[in-house]
Amino acid sequence: MKLAVIAGTPGSGKTSVLIHAGRTLLRYGLRPAVVKIDCLWTEDDRRFERLGVPVAVGLAKDMCPDHYSIYNVDEMLEWARSQQADVLLNETAGLCLRCAPYPDSALAVCVIDVTTGPNAPLKVGPLLTTADVVVVTKGDMVSQAEREVFRERILEANPGCRIVEANGLTGKGAAELAELVRDGPEVGGDMRLRHNPPLAICTLCTGELRVSKRHHRGVLRHLDGFMEYSGE
Amino acid sequence: MAQDGTCTLTIIGGVDKDGSLERVGRLEMRRGEVIGIVGPTGSGKSSLIADIEQFAAGDTPSGRKILIDGCEPRSETRSDPRKKLIAQLSQNMHFLADMTVGEFLRMHAKSRGRSPDLAERVIELANTLTGEPVHPDHHLTILSGGQSRALMVADIAVISDSPIVLIDEIENAGIKKREALDLLTGEGKIVVVVTHDPMLALMTSRRVVMKNGGMVRVIETSVDEEKVCEDLAKVDSWLMNLRETIRRGEVVGAAT
Repeated sequence: MKLAVIAGTPGSGKTSVLIHAGRTLLRYGLRPAVVKIDCLWTEDDRRFERLGVPVAVGLAKDMCPDHYSIYNVDEMLEWARSQQADVLLNETAGLCLRCAPYPDSALAVCVIDVTTGPNAPLKVGPLLTTADVVVVTKGDMVSQAEREVFRERILEANPGCRIVEANGLTGKGAAELAELVRDGPEVGGDMRLRHNPPLAICTLCTGELRVSKRHHRGVLRHLDGFMEYSGE
Repeated sequence: MAQDGTCTLTIIGGVDKDGSLERVGRLEMRRGEVIGIVGPTGSGKSSLIADIEQFAAGDTPSGRKILIDGCEPRSETRSDPRKKLIAQLSQNMHFLADMTVGEFLRMHAKSRGRSPDLAERVIELANTLTGEPVHPDHHLTILSGGQSRALMVADIAVISDSPIVLIDEIENAGIKKREALDLLTGEGKIVVVVTHDPMLALMTSRRVVMKNGGMVRVIETSVDEEKVCEDLAKVDSWLMNLRETIRRGEVVGAAT
């Protein structure tokens, strides 16, 4: 079984690129299955169903969607096996840039939209810097020079990655991505994350609605970077 | 440009929008040639350019294949700007990058493995094509459509100095189209121009006619057409002069 985790900000074109890549994987004679993780609502499963591949949806609801996706990797793989799949494509919700939900023995794919500007690759963080493949979408909306500058910025942030220029509308780049998924690693028994998720146990996580520091406990970081512990 | 020995670009025809085979099944372009692509809007001109730009290998909706010197290009020449064989001027009229002109050009030169000092030369050249000069400290996003296009043209001529040049509708740029075309068509290059402009279309040696997504015909520019082109050039330069006179806020005299 191979696993590809596809992350990237909302609207960057993850689903469109993945549908084209899924079609190519089918042409290669592979049996892909898709798990789409989202927060509250999605209809991407219907788009994937048109491909004729098994699709499952996981809604994280009031949990962090990346954390939810990470601790459910086993369940996803089990489900994919029950569907006789040999490749699991896990599309994440794509919200927090700090979380990079990539296990080590998986192909980590970050989808990024070129119209976000050449500073975006520097802002994205582990989502991009720990990816194996960076898929650049919407390249037809900017000049060739701008695409090339964007590419240079990605390489500054992640020098070892493979860059794929893709177009979710025409399917450009899908064959290249499908080949990388096909030749990607087999999933291991004990997988570990490539990068630690952010510290996320605070009063807000347990339901506090009031703003301002005086209502909050735990490790708090001030705007100027000063960190304090408040509580028992 | 001869460093990589590129001398022919071949398009192996695919299918049109209905899935029928293209009437032009094979098209070869040689070094030093300027080829036009003509046809109504929506006939597939930009898609043909896109197929060439990405070295389609039967993996685009048209199913076309692009060969360089008769062979399928290696994947790194497809993607690595340092090895890129293609420079492209698309229809985009604006930059989205939030950077200054100078910063952007230096970064682009770096991505192409060229010297950052070329940035100055690009700006100098761009300013010969546009009325209001571009300054290195200007933010890209405040440039007008014409200034942006002038900069894109100069950038291609100086930084993306590739053996194959693809141009999509240079005439809509509000810049001096003839000078811009001259800048882009360096010696010994293969130049492909998508155009609706009669003068530009007749300046090419051959033109591909597009219909319903497919290449339907290739027309060699005849001697008669060349004569028409010369007349058009006179009309065009008259129009250009009139435009400049009016832009300068002067009064136009009678035609001579």
